[in-house]
Amino acid sequence: MKQLLLVFLFLVILSCSNTEESYSPISAPLDIPEVFENNILPPVIPLDNPQTEEGIALGRRLFFDRILSGDGSQSCASCHQPQLAFSDDNPTSRGIEGELGTRNTMPIFNLAWNYSERFAWDGKELSLERQVLEPVSNPIEMNSDWDEVIDRLNAHPDYPTLFNQAFPNEPISADLVTKAIAQFERTLISANSKFDRYLLGEVSLTANEENGLNVFMDEARGDCFHCHGSPNNPLWTDNDFHNNGLDATFTDLGLGAITGDPTDNGKFRSPSLRNLAYTAPYMHDGRFDSLEEVIDFYSEGLQASPTIDPLMKKIDQGGVQLTDQDKADLIAFLLTLTDPSFLETQGPPN
Amino acid sequence: MINLKYKRHFIYLLSFLLLACNSKDQDDLLQSVVLNFSFEHFWDDTPVSNADFNDFKFTTEAGDVISIERLRYLVSDVQIIDANNVGLEYDVYNLVDVTAGEGLGFEFQDDIPLGTYTVRLTFGLDNEDNAENYADLNSANFNVPEMLGGGYHYMQFDGKFINSESAEQGFNYHAIRAVDISGGSPVFPQDTFFTIDLGTIWIGPSTDISIRANLAEWFKNPNSWELNELNSVLMPNANAQILMYENGQSVFSLNE
Ligand code: HEC
Ligand code: HEC
Repeated sequence: MKQLLLVFLFLVILSCSNTEESYSPISAPLDIPEVFENNILPPVIPLDNPQTEEGIALGRRLFFDRILSGDGSQSCASCHQPQLAFSDDNPTSRGIEGELGTRNTMPIFNLAWNYSERFAWDGKELSLERQVLEPVSNPIEMNSDWDEVIDRLNAHPDYPTLFNQAFPNEPISADLVTKAIAQFERTLISANSKFDRYLLGEVSLTANEENGLNVFMDEARGDCFHCHGSPNNPLWTDNDFHNNGLDATFTDLGLGAITGDPTDNGKFRSPSLRNLAYTAPYMHDGRFDSLEEVIDFYSEGLQASPTIDPLMKKIDQGGVQLTDQDKADLIAFLLTLTDPSFLETQGPPN
Repeated sequence: MINLKYKRHFIYLLSFLLLACNSKDQDDLLQSVVLNFSFEHFWDDTPVSNADFNDFKFTTEAGDVISIERLRYLVSDVQIIDANNVGLEYDVYNLVDVTAGEGLGFEFQDDIPLGTYTVRLTFGLDNEDNAENYADLNSANFNVPEMLGGGYHYMQFDGKFINSESAEQGFNYHAIRAVDISGGSPVFPQDTFFTIDLGTIWIGPSTDISIRANLAEWFKNPNSWELNELNSVLMPNANAQILMYENGQSVFSLNE
């Protein structure tokens, strides 16, 4: 009897593999840059969503496709534009109906190295996969309905095949859309700036850039490194939440609205300082148009509040009052974190 | 964050010889033991966890009312030394992150004879360990700038105090290897990592070692800490580092 059952099962398996051309996606591990390999922990890849060539290609196509939005007018890339390091140049984002959101569009790079996996300015998104669900259905973003999105994808001439190649024998679902897009997002890696090449010993810094680095690292001047990384943490962010002293009272509670803890009010995630040349305007609400304004703020514009980070110094005087030379050099250094090659390699699918 | 590097080495040459001669006898006595270290934090007698942070509820020896906002520190290099002064050193390190409630314990296993041992560990990293590159500590943003000699923070203790003008002011009690950069390049006046001696402990097959950290001691003994004078930019201040080193000696003890 047992033998019979086995033979039967075997036949079923054979017949399955005969009728449906089962496809095995090709594994495509991330290409880890040398400056990351040398210094920081490996990226976070969920066990149930390994990187594959087909998954990444599908994710790239979906990311640039307006099919995800309610009226077919917007894709993820409408706000996350490759030529702006996957951010945009509006102070706050603009949805399909032209409505303004309250937050500045975040750039997308090196997100697989956000080890605590708390995404968005306030940490409300708990994984890259889950993050994808939000903009699609958000009325002031893509204003779509997930069931309709799935219907549209199923009725599309290409997507059913592409999904089947990336995720064999699974029906198209929101879950698979999020997996594919997250795989694509994890391939958006920026680690080829002048400063990266300096770390690898390939180029040297100018005297101004070097002084700027010293201001950044000097506890008595910039003291930026305690929150924004260092040559040893070339992500240039701690991916943690702080109130850096923008406001005395808060219209946006940030992390506090997510945790419900008033001691988190006014805290936002430290952004990476890579690619600032492309990501203006700055801060969670895009209040500063230029890096000059940002540095003036840190130097003399700090606002006291109960949750301001203890790392912010001389708040009663607005800050540590950097000299004009130190300010200019600090900006020169920040701009060495610009990676033009990142913009070139990451366009829409052909 | 727990990190165990099983680069175990004998700390006394003598021990090596002894073991080598008696290896047969010793082998028979070896048993698997698990050492489980945990850290509990206090302000004098009051337990402190991250739930007590962001609240002006602690008073220093000098009378300053403070709130703790961030506290993380490194311990490393566990030593166990038997009655014959024969010892083993385990090249481990652990980042105790009280803010995140992570790394509040760590454990490791080895095969050693059961018995009573003196147990010690290092606060911070000794100079040799401090010169290495640790991916996890870099990722946790725990580095010390190159211009201060590089390496890692031993401790990052941030908070606020009520200053002499009755206003809230931040403090950054960051312990590192004392460094003097007044001459341009880093000079190290004295070591500021230190040994935490837990005394003698019976080590059986599974041994819990609970360490008590009295945070008030950082501000108390032998130097009553004046936050109005020493509150931030203490990393390049070698004198402040030496005061921290002195005060740190009485912070840790065995929790009995
Ligand atoms: C209308 C503009 C807009 C569209 C369309 C949009 N986003 Fe965003 N995106 C934003 C804004 C604004 C934020 C910051 C949100 C916040 O903090 O509340 C953000 C944040 C993110 C983040 C978090 C990045 C980080 O570092 O934490 C990711 C990832 C992301 N978006 C991916 C996507 C994907 C994938 C799509 C398409 C499914 C998409 N976005 C569509 C505006 C947009
Ligand atoms: C206490 C932690 C902390 C310190 C110290 C700190 N920052 Fe920030 N930084 C942040 C946070 C948090 C934000 C986001 C704040 C927001 O939008 O509400 C930010 C935002 C920025 C931005 C805007 C980036 C963007 O994409 O919008 C720049 C540029 C920046 N910081 C540079 C610096 C420089 C330069 C220094 C040193 C002078 C510094 N920061 C010190 C935490 C810090």
